[in-house]
Amino acid sequence: MMMSLGPYASFIVTSYAAAALVVVILIGWIVLDYRSQTERLRELDRSGVTRRSGRSAVDTPRQLT
Amino acid sequence: MSLIDLANPTRFLALTARVLPWLAGATVILLAIGLYQSALAPDDYQQGATVKIMFIHVPNAWLSMFVWGVMSIASLGTLVWRHPLADVAAKAAAPIGAAFTFLALLTGSLWGRPMWGTYWEWDARLTSVLILFLMYLGLMALWRAVDDPSRAARAAAVLTLVGAINLPIIKFSVDWWNTLHQPASVMRMGGSSLDKSFLIPLLVMAIAFTLLFVTLHLAAMRNEILRRRVRSLQMMQASRVAFSSELGTGSREENASKGAA
Repeated sequence: MMMSLGPYASFIVTSYAAAALVVVILIGWIVLDYRSQTERLRELDRSGVTRRSGRSAVDTPRQLT
Repeated sequence: MSLIDLANPTRFLALTARVLPWLAGATVILLAIGLYQSALAPDDYQQGATVKIMFIHVPNAWLSMFVWGVMSIASLGTLVWRHPLADVAAKAAAPIGAAFTFLALLTGSLWGRPMWGTYWEWDARLTSVLILFLMYLGLMALWRAVDDPSRAARAAAVLTLVGAINLPIIKFSVDWWNTLHQPASVMRMGGSSLDKSFLIPLLVMAIAFTLLFVTLHLAAMRNEILRRRVRSLQMMQASRVAFSSELGTGSREENASKGAA
C-alpha cells in the first residue's frame, strides 16, 4: 500500500528523517562514550591503578555487560 | 530495591546492566507500532497529511519539558538530600533533553511552514521553548566549565531549579497570550479534543519516546559514573606519581648531602 503524503510530503519526510538522525546521533554518542570510558578504565587497570576498595578498575563494566 | 540502595553506584550499574536490554527492546517495539499506526492514520480534514508531523512533534515537545522536570527533581536531590546519583542524573539528562527540544523546534517549524505560512514566529509558545533550548545548552556549558563535578553540580542544580519557572510558562503560554500556536488538545479540561484515530498513535509514540528517554538516560548515567571513576583513578595515579617523584628527589638530596659530608 503506497502512502500518499500530498503536496507537503517534503516537510513530513524531513521531520521524520531529522528525528531519526538526531536519535541515531544520540545513541551513537552514548555507545561511543561507553566504549571510551571502559577503554580508559582498562588502560588504568593495565597500569596497576586499583580502586580504593581494592577491586579492579574495570570489574563492573566487564561483569555487567 | 529502594532509592537509598541505588545511591551505591556499583549497585546502580548492576541494575542498568539488567534493565537496559529490556528497555531498549520495549522502546524499539513501541516505536515500530507507533510509526506503523502513524503511517495508517487518516489525513486531517484541514491539515491534510501534514498532521503526521504531530506524531513526532508532540512527543518531542512533551519530553522537552518532562526532561527538565526530571532534572529539577534531580537538582532537589542534589541540594536537599545530597543523593550521590542525583547530579549524575541531572548531568546525563541535559544533552538528551536538548536533543528533544531541538527536535520539537525543528519539527514544529517544518509543520508551521505549510500550516501557518512561516517557519518561525516570535510568539509566546515558540519563544519560551527556544529559551528552554538555550537553557539546556547553558547548563551543558556550565557542567563543562567547572572541573570539580560536585561544585558544578550545585551551581547547575540552582540554575535548573530557577529554569523550572519556564515550564508553566511554556505550558500555559497558549492560554495566557494570543499565540499562533494552537491551544492544548490532549491534556486539557474536559478531555482530549483529538479523534481516536489520531489520539491512539500519538499516545503510543509519546510512550515510545518516553521509554527512549529512560533508556538513553540510564545509559548516559552509567557512562557518567564510569567517567567519574576514570577521573578519580587518574587523580590517584597522578598523586602516586607525584609522591614517588618527591621520594626520589628526597633520597637524591639525602645522597648528595651524604656525599658532600
